[in-house]
Amino acid sequence: MNITSYLALAAILFSIGLYGVITKRNAVMVLFSIELMLNAVNINLVAFAKYGIFPSISGQVFSLFSIAIAAAEAAVGIAILIALYRNKGTVEADKYNSMKG
Amino acid sequence: MNINGEFIAFFIFSVLAIGGAVFMINLTRVMHMALALAFTFFSIAGLYVLLDAPFLAVIQILIYTGAVSILMIFGIMLTKHKDEDKVAPFTVHKLLSLLGVGGFLAIVIWIIYRNPFFSTGEPQAAAFKVTDLGKAMFKTYMIPFEVTSILLLVALIGAIVLAKREEKK
Repeated sequence: MNITSYLALAAILFSIGLYGVITKRNAVMVLFSIELMLNAVNINLVAFAKYGIFPSISGQVFSLFSIAIAAAEAAVGIAILIALYRNKGTVEADKYNSMKG
Repeated sequence: MNINGEFIAFFIFSVLAIGGAVFMINLTRVMHMALALAFTFFSIAGLYVLLDAPFLAVIQILIYTGAVSILMIFGIMLTKHKDEDKVAPFTVHKLLSLLGVGGFLAIVIWIIYRNPFFSTGEPQAAAFKVTDLGKAMFKTYMIPFEVTSILLLVALIGAIVLAKREEKK
């Protein structure tokens, strides 16, 4: 196994997540796709930690921090989503346009 | 590339991960999407085991397959999804997004595979133990660890304040 396979897999997962963020109209699914993109980046970090030019444990530590921050992001994102749903009565991301000028 | 156990395991896990992600994009019911994504997270945990990161694999299953998926399912259940059985039409916006994301993916894959920086033979692999991870975490990265704990506390309070029902005056 070499690193290119892992990097290619991470790129594919990131692209699928990016497509979901752009096209999904449901705000919950947009949050899901963001989580998928963060996971793809974590795969890159762990792959470089093992197969990089200078293998180091730092990649795994960064990945742990990234997971912690992603969990915080998911919690705050769901809280914002519930507050928005209470005010607007919908989860369609297109309807959240009250900040449009 | 020689066929060995690691290659077969990588192939299976990557097919499961990409399959779960594609299913998440294509399914129509939100709850099915959540299950497909939990499946993807589980496969990524298997990839971490292949990459000599067993602690990260356990954390991945605990945090993503467990906590984040359940949190998202709560988010789905607390909101209403009316038109989820309708198949969304294929619009110009989706076509343009597909082309843009496809171009991005092609460029990234091209860069990964043509760069000789990565592909000079079989790279040397380092083996890590969980004790190494603990030492790095609590010696070298002590301050970021503490800052992360403060961040988690702030996120906890922020989530409670945001989701709390506002009192009527």
